[in-house]
Amino acid sequence: MPGFDFSNHNRNIALHAKGVPLPKATSTGTTIVGALYDGGVVIAADTRATSGPIVADKNCEKLHYISPQIWCAGAGTAADTEFTTAIISSNLELHSLSTGRKPRVVTVMTMLKQHLFRYQGHIGAYLVVAGCDPTGAHLFTVHAHGSTDKLPYVTMGSGSLAAMSVFETQWKPNLSRDDAVKLCADAIEAGIWNDLGSGSNVDVCVITPEKTTLLRNFKTPNTREKKQRDYKFKRGTTAVLNEKVITKEQISKYVTVHDIGDGKAGVGEKMDVDTQPSAPS
Amino acid sequence: MASLFNAQSMLDQPSYSFAQPTSHSEPRQHSFYPYTDNGGSTLGISGQDFAILAGDTRSTSGYNINTRYAPKLFKIGGDGPNNTGSKIVLSVVGFAADGRALKERLDTVVKMYKYQHGKDISVGACAQRLSHILYSKRFFPYYVTAILGGIDEEGKGALYSYDPVGSYEREQCRAAGAASSLIMPFLDNQVNLKNQYDASQPQGFGKEPLKPQPLSRPHVESLVNDAFTSAVERHIEVGDGLQMMIITKDGIEETYAPLKKD
Repeated sequence: MPGFDFSNHNRNIALHAKGVPLPKATSTGTTIVGALYDGGVVIAADTRATSGPIVADKNCEKLHYISPQIWCAGAGTAADTEFTTAIISSNLELHSLSTGRKPRVVTVMTMLKQHLFRYQGHIGAYLVVAGCDPTGAHLFTVHAHGSTDKLPYVTMGSGSLAAMSVFETQWKPNLSRDDAVKLCADAIEAGIWNDLGSGSNVDVCVITPEKTTLLRNFKTPNTREKKQRDYKFKRGTTAVLNEKVITKEQISKYVTVHDIGDGKAGVGEKMDVDTQPSAPS
Repeated sequence: MASLFNAQSMLDQPSYSFAQPTSHSEPRQHSFYPYTDNGGSTLGISGQDFAILAGDTRSTSGYNINTRYAPKLFKIGGDGPNNTGSKIVLSVVGFAADGRALKERLDTVVKMYKYQHGKDISVGACAQRLSHILYSKRFFPYYVTAILGGIDEEGKGALYSYDPVGSYEREQCRAAGAASSLIMPFLDNQVNLKNQYDASQPQGFGKEPLKPQPLSRPHVESLVNDAFTSAVERHIEVGDGLQMMIITKDGIEETYAPLKKD
């Protein structure tokens, strides 16, 4: 049957009269974008993670790996974007092994929407899917409820309006690689400055049929300012009421002690810390 | 069909939040909420012969920035619309419209005081008057946290902080607004030297806590700067610019420094 389906119309009128609100679109703080260009596709994201009005992470990664040639930018609930992309990435690998073919972007998009639709929007993942496969370069958006779009340029997240205003004024067909990267970075920057949910740095990912280039912290326009005062406390500032020294010999009664390193400085697992180029220590 | 929409039957499963079902004969109640939160933060520190008030200049609503320059610091009293020669500063944070209204009222009151008595109002009297203005709207409050700064009758820096309904107190330092919970502990530690003990004394129960000393003006200014550059890093509603007003016996000096705009 061609045309629209109005079979829900009378029901919706009744629901509305009973006080059911219209479905409300929500998105948590982020700006993510994507754009197709001649010979590939670019996606980009800001790096701010928030919980309420507090900045939880100043330099988080919102560009997720699906397969070598397919990447995903995620907005919404951080855990949902992380786990949905991980599980689809895993299933896609198995799928590609069993078919013996390179994975396709449409496949990822379909797996994502079927997964998200099954959970009726309770998985709050809003994604921009991009990549290159044997059928060409592709760009999709996937919403938490399972709807998808296929467009030459897309934005999502709370900074999507700021970013889209850049696309709508500056996008043109047949962009070059560098122009596409610049346009996407500018769109993210619009989100960084004008949307409080977005901030810090710009991450970019360029995918061509030949290779994928992840440009982590492609732009860092928000490096931390140096403090005017020194906040190092004098040794002894904290009152110590009690002190007890446990020697290596004493503790070796309960656990096995191995000396590592030179025995003086502690050698622990090194933690990866995201440092900004000119950030003071 | 109607029973489907009874609130009780819907509670055991995820669903839309239903408005209270009303029959067609009853009128539907619409509501108007007169307050908004415009974010931002302010802070005040008093010294031996000066008081400093500071506030960021960002005004927000939700995830939007209304403007990057909306001052939260206002000169009170003095002459004319520019408050020439004023020695009292009011800072307000919370609902910007109420902040403006409050500033306008206090400014008029202080100017009327000079007209009627032929002399400038003291900060102490101005502080108490502000408390009365706030309490006069006890059941429809000015949705603001105010800080008042000036020089008292002994020439010492004076700082008064308020809650929205007029409870007030003279203090050494106070942070207010969105990032107050981030800034206040820093001030407790650096101005009132809380949780710091005399490093020269031996460890033990007898170790003396450090006693707060009056801070110099450049010292306080750098503390204010550092407090705000830190708040900007971790609070999304704080940023764009830092406005500072330094009150001394000679009057008010005003400075502006840019903050991060993301």
